[in-house]
Amino acid sequence: MQNSVLVSDNRHDKHATGPAPRSRKAAGRAVVLLASLGFLLVLLIQLLHALGATAIGFSDWRPILVAYLLWAFAFGTGQILTRGEGGQRALFLLPAVFFTIAVVIFPTIFGLYIASLDWNLSSVDGPRFSGFDNLARMFNDTYYWNALGNMVFYTVAVLGEYAIAFGLALLLSADIRARKFFRVVFLLPMMLSPVAVSWMIGKSLLEYRFGPAATLARYLGWDNPAFFASPWMARFSIQAMDAWVSIPFIMIILLAGLQAMPKEVQEAAKVDGANGWQSFWHVTFPIMLPVSITVLIIRVIFKLKLADIVINVTAGGPGGATDTVSSFIYRVYRDRSNVGYGTALAMVYLLLIIVLLTIMLRLSKRWTQKVV
Amino acid sequence: MAMSSVASNPALKHSSAPRAKRMLGRALIYAALLLWTFICLFPIYWTVTTSFKSAVDVTQAHLIPWVDFQPDWKGWRSLGLSPDTLFGTSTARSEFVNRFVNSIITSVGASLLALILGSLAAYGLSRFRYKFAWMRNDDILFFFMSQLILPPVVLALPFLVLYKALALLDTRFGLILLYTLTVLPIVVWIMRDQFNSIPIELDEAAFVDGLSIWGAFIRIVLPLSVPGMAAAFILSLVLCWNEYFFAALLTSTDAKTLPVMVASQTGSQGINWWSMAALSTAAIAPLVIVGIFLERYIVSGLTTGAGK
Repeated sequence: MQNSVLVSDNRHDKHATGPAPRSRKAAGRAVVLLASLGFLLVLLIQLLHALGATAIGFSDWRPILVAYLLWAFAFGTGQILTRGEGGQRALFLLPAVFFTIAVVIFPTIFGLYIASLDWNLSSVDGPRFSGFDNLARMFNDTYYWNALGNMVFYTVAVLGEYAIAFGLALLLSADIRARKFFRVVFLLPMMLSPVAVSWMIGKSLLEYRFGPAATLARYLGWDNPAFFASPWMARFSIQAMDAWVSIPFIMIILLAGLQAMPKEVQEAAKVDGANGWQSFWHVTFPIMLPVSITVLIIRVIFKLKLADIVINVTAGGPGGATDTVSSFIYRVYRDRSNVGYGTALAMVYLLLIIVLLTIMLRLSKRWTQKVV
Repeated sequence: MAMSSVASNPALKHSSAPRAKRMLGRALIYAALLLWTFICLFPIYWTVTTSFKSAVDVTQAHLIPWVDFQPDWKGWRSLGLSPDTLFGTSTARSEFVNRFVNSIITSVGASLLALILGSLAAYGLSRFRYKFAWMRNDDILFFFMSQLILPPVVLALPFLVLYKALALLDTRFGLILLYTLTVLPIVVWIMRDQFNSIPIELDEAAFVDGLSIWGAFIRIVLPLSVPGMAAAFILSLVLCWNEYFFAALLTSTDAKTLPVMVASQTGSQGINWWSMAALSTAAIAPLVIVGIFLERYIVSGLTTGAGK
């Protein structure tokens, strides 16, 4: 930590003041050094206690959290003392950085360690190091591969959501009355909790016996409107629910893009005698391409996290047909309490996501100004 | 789509065919709009009305109150929220209120914490040049944004183990920390855009007046960035309020939030639709209200950076 100290220089150069006096610098270094020593000491005591080497120690690890907070505070103070203005500037960034290290970086690294354990939380045995056993098991787990396959379907389905959202955005940007009303209404599904939607749509509207959707389907001549019985039907029903919740997000961003589009371009197309379809396909769509790709990538990122609806409506059924990776790992934990295996699966999934997104960002770099 | 100005073309004004075509086009636009309005609103309408139905009305698929069924407080009574049970004691209501309060505390707490941490970082990234090992400003911004791709499932199980050790399992504080991390990238993104839109000359004028960097930030820049803060806060609120995955794994009794309660009742209620409908209505009502009245902020938060 010490050698990678934040260096910041000022954009308002006039304001830069001289370096802090030497005594303050020394005081700052002392504060950071003392705090680091204190933190390490507390950590050491608790580690030894947890390993059973010493009797003194805390009943849980919470004091480590407090010690970390105090250390972060001391580090910030040290920055101001040693670097004056530069320290004050670094102080803007430091809270978020320390927070992120504590709740993202550390747990992820810790997760890598857990992934190498055979650890059933409900058994008394405790963790047992198993190396790459979890990975080997994963390769034989057909349910996991099945869930990954489903993710391909759900991800490709984003294109369908995009098409509908683009249509809606075009409708909203057309010359219509009550635009504000329609915009608010179209936005509403996004506000609803996916869990509530699971019941509202999945468990009651699409219910086999009394649901209005089933009644309508019977009326239209489908004798057996079971929305969650056959694998493909179930997958489409889940996808439809997720689309219902997430189309507003795509629509709003596309609408903003359409409204930012210069009007002259469309006028010019019209003067050239282009009809509606031509002016859309040759003018609007290409101009919207950067926004489209940005929103598609963001939407794919969120789609890869899909879990709530699946967990609550089908629990992955029938026979794993609707499982997402997240809902499958959730069940692995809920049913078997196996933390090690679940984490190993999640880590592999994260790796796949990173590879996929890197490829997507590379491919899209040509069209987008700046993604995420 | 914007074909409406065809009519102003004098050559076409007197021929009726294009006008008929234009009328047809407009009719199609409104038909499509109304169809999607129906798709958006029907599930909400269905849920709200079902909470006033009795078993017969549910099984016979009655839809319109007072016309084909007589509304009844049945669903709300089972939650202890109907007029006749509102002032009595009700275990169902106290559980509901408890979950509701948990949801409010965790989502407001996380949104506030994310707003504080995110605004500070965003201001730094917008105004100063940092160098952290090999990372410059853009890399640091990417570092924050890249956390968006982290699926909750990657962190969920490590957090389960860590929180057990930290005695933070089933606490609201534990949930607040997690929710903060999920919304922090979005807050940083929105707030950086907001600060970039405030001219740097204002900061410089404040320095001339003798304010420190932090003084200029708190007294000059922050008051001007209220719109961005409102957008970031409301968007975070919506995301945290609806979060289910972490809450389902990390809470059991004390800190359970509303989505977890809705989910746990979904399986157990069977055909008891009216009470599920009442619960769902109560769970979505706050956000429907937010969506209707604060739509402006949500849209401006979502569209940060789009269309530029």
